[in-house]
Amino acid sequence: MSTIVSLPDQSTAKLPSKSYLNQEYGLKSWLLTGDHKRIAMLYLFSITFFFIIGGVLAGLIRLELLTPPADLMATDTYNKVFSMHGIIMVFLFLVPSVPATIGNFLIPLMVGARDLAFPKINLLSWYLYWIGGIFILSAMVLGGVDTGWTFTTPLSTHYVNTHVVTAAMGIFMAGFSSIFTGLNFIVTIHRMRCPGMTWFRLPLFVWGHYATSIIMILGTPVLAITLVLVALERIFNIGVFDPTKGGDPLLFQHLFWFYSHPAVYIMILPGMAVISEVISTFSRKRVFGYTAVAFSSVAIAVFGFLVWEHHMFIMGVSQYSALVFSLMTMLVAVPSAIKIFNWSMTLYKGSITFETPMLYAFGFIGLFTIGGLTGIFLATLGMDIHLTETYFVVAHFHFVMVGGMLMAYMAGIHFWWPKMTGRMYPEAMSKTAAVITFIGFIVTFFPQFILGYLGMPRRYAAYPADFQVLNVFSTAGASILGIGYLLPLLYLPWSLIYGQIAGNNPWQATGLEWQIQSPPLTENFTEIPIMDHEAYDYEWLANKTHHEVQTVG
Amino acid sequence: MDSTSIATTPHELESSGLPHAHDHPAFMRHHFEDIGQQREAASFGMWVFLLTEIMFFGGLFCAYLILRNWYHPAFVAGSNTLNIALGTTNTAVLIGSSFTMAMAVYSAEMRRKGQLILFLTLTILLGFVFIGIKGVEWTTEYQEQHVPGINFSIQEFVHPTNPKAIPLAPDMAEKTQLYFFLYFAMTGMHALHMIIGISLLFFMVWRASRGAYTAGHVIPVENFGLYWHFVDIVWIFLFPLLYLISRYR
Repeated sequence: MSTIVSLPDQSTAKLPSKSYLNQEYGLKSWLLTGDHKRIAMLYLFSITFFFIIGGVLAGLIRLELLTPPADLMATDTYNKVFSMHGIIMVFLFLVPSVPATIGNFLIPLMVGARDLAFPKINLLSWYLYWIGGIFILSAMVLGGVDTGWTFTTPLSTHYVNTHVVTAAMGIFMAGFSSIFTGLNFIVTIHRMRCPGMTWFRLPLFVWGHYATSIIMILGTPVLAITLVLVALERIFNIGVFDPTKGGDPLLFQHLFWFYSHPAVYIMILPGMAVISEVISTFSRKRVFGYTAVAFSSVAIAVFGFLVWEHHMFIMGVSQYSALVFSLMTMLVAVPSAIKIFNWSMTLYKGSITFETPMLYAFGFIGLFTIGGLTGIFLATLGMDIHLTETYFVVAHFHFVMVGGMLMAYMAGIHFWWPKMTGRMYPEAMSKTAAVITFIGFIVTFFPQFILGYLGMPRRYAAYPADFQVLNVFSTAGASILGIGYLLPLLYLPWSLIYGQIAGNNPWQATGLEWQIQSPPLTENFTEIPIMDHEAYDYEWLANKTHHEVQTVG
Repeated sequence: MDSTSIATTPHELESSGLPHAHDHPAFMRHHFEDIGQQREAASFGMWVFLLTEIMFFGGLFCAYLILRNWYHPAFVAGSNTLNIALGTTNTAVLIGSSFTMAMAVYSAEMRRKGQLILFLTLTILLGFVFIGIKGVEWTTEYQEQHVPGINFSIQEFVHPTNPKAIPLAPDMAEKTQLYFFLYFAMTGMHALHMIIGISLLFFMVWRASRGAYTAGHVIPVENFGLYWHFVDIVWIFLFPLLYLISRYR
């Protein structure tokens, strides 16, 4: 049963006089900060910057595909545009999106700690991110990379004449930034929990990030060494991956996908973590089957390491191993389904309200479910031969990543915006943006499933005229989607100055982070809290608010 | 829950930003609750970092495993050209340096500054000896034209000068290039870790001379020791895999 919760009156809310935003001033206090909240903000600006670049590139792709011939740009330019779109969006936006911003901000608050375990390493990870970003940007400015984000060998090592090494080094650096974030989270979650905060009292957000961090620290180093080998092969022309010299291009695929398949779980698990918090808060109920949801995150992380070969079914791998990997891939659907069913059960008989984060969360559940189920099509060996390397894969991937992760990211940003900035975003405007995003998304990517099923291959600038109607739909949808993303870019900065003051706990959520002032102090908690109740205990919150100590700022 | 257990009122001293009374050692970071927590976090963090290092080298070992199985004769021929005496010496040097490093950690725990500096310096010296010997080996391989991508000749493997070596067919002899590429990639990556370690050791000697680690703050020395032993263990795997393939013949 849900608890009746009335949202607090915000007309009397005041901004605290001291917070992490104003305890120190000046550029130096930001660039040399050890405060996880400030680093989260640095990350927020940075990933938004790269999201805009990646988004513009996506717009160019859709514009080119408006008409059947390759008329907007030369075909090799088109190759560079989609490659850079993929590289920037995957490595500089999706991987750090939720963990490095919202996760960085919230994990110490949620476990009841003053900071992450290693503040300097946290800052270092941001600098590494930028070094990686600058490498990738310079690869783009110097003339781009046209191998796709997958760097397939021997194409990337021998046959293209573009800036593969520069981009690979950028990804190497960005990879270490992600390793350090994961390392920090794992140590913080293990060692920095406040008294009484047992593993099964942790919010599911923390469980999701714990699972993500496991993948980050175990998967990313393999990508790093793979890219080093690609760079060495390009520079010295020797071939671990070159079949003419006795090397094995499939080995590259194995090593690359050993990271890059788990990496899609790096990109989706934090999104699921956000959704657990949002669904619980706006239905005022404990997440149904807390333990199952917690362990399903870990199960996804573990299974995620055992399915990489499903990217390689048509590359000449052994049929018997393909059978095993197909089965394992389908097994990943089990923990994902556990989450979807448990969120649905959480909604059942909850006191549901439809604030913006909840709208995005509903978007996530629907779109992620479609994205996940079409993944089963691709895991099926026979189906995969027909569908792989077509727009079906593109649509599947974007349903999970954009429809899933980006929705979750937007849900999280809106949900914790009052905590991060102390001010509310404009509700009507943001609801409009959420609906526009959803509609734009469906119009953009649903036609691509049909296109792919009809056989339109991915990664070509030109296509037969028969496919034009659906492509026009897709491009039109992309422009709607663009508006959906442009609106938050305008109203969120606006709300920093004109937004309504939020108060400590505008949603009446139960997390530790909501019990302190918004925005929090640099040291988070003046005294380390003692946890004596379960996560999502709305009864506790209802009783607590009778005699809550208001923040004196 | 008692509502006071989550304090929402800023504490006078903490929030004022002014320096406050220290009842803990100077090396304790303020976001930790006590020195035990700091120590546990640092040590656990180091183990997690070493886990990432294992995965990093794991990619190379995986490539080695597959290619060695495919081209075993080429790997044997390539391996047998290496200087086993130098390789063995280097193994002994590195194990010795791990011993001096362990003694350095012990000295820090015993708070003996002079002894700590001595053992750290000895570790640096042994590290340099290792890199030096490795350099000699690399130079020899360059002279023998065994460096892929720079100068590589299969001559030695098709028509061996050593009477005991078995000549390879030209297409298998080509594959020795893969062996030597992996040899340089793996020993190179290992040497890079050694160089990073030696640089850190110089920094630690400087810090140790100012008494940083002999007043109870052993964590950095201990963690560096873990790193150094890890680099050592990587070599313990590299040595048999690269030097000792089918040496019994």
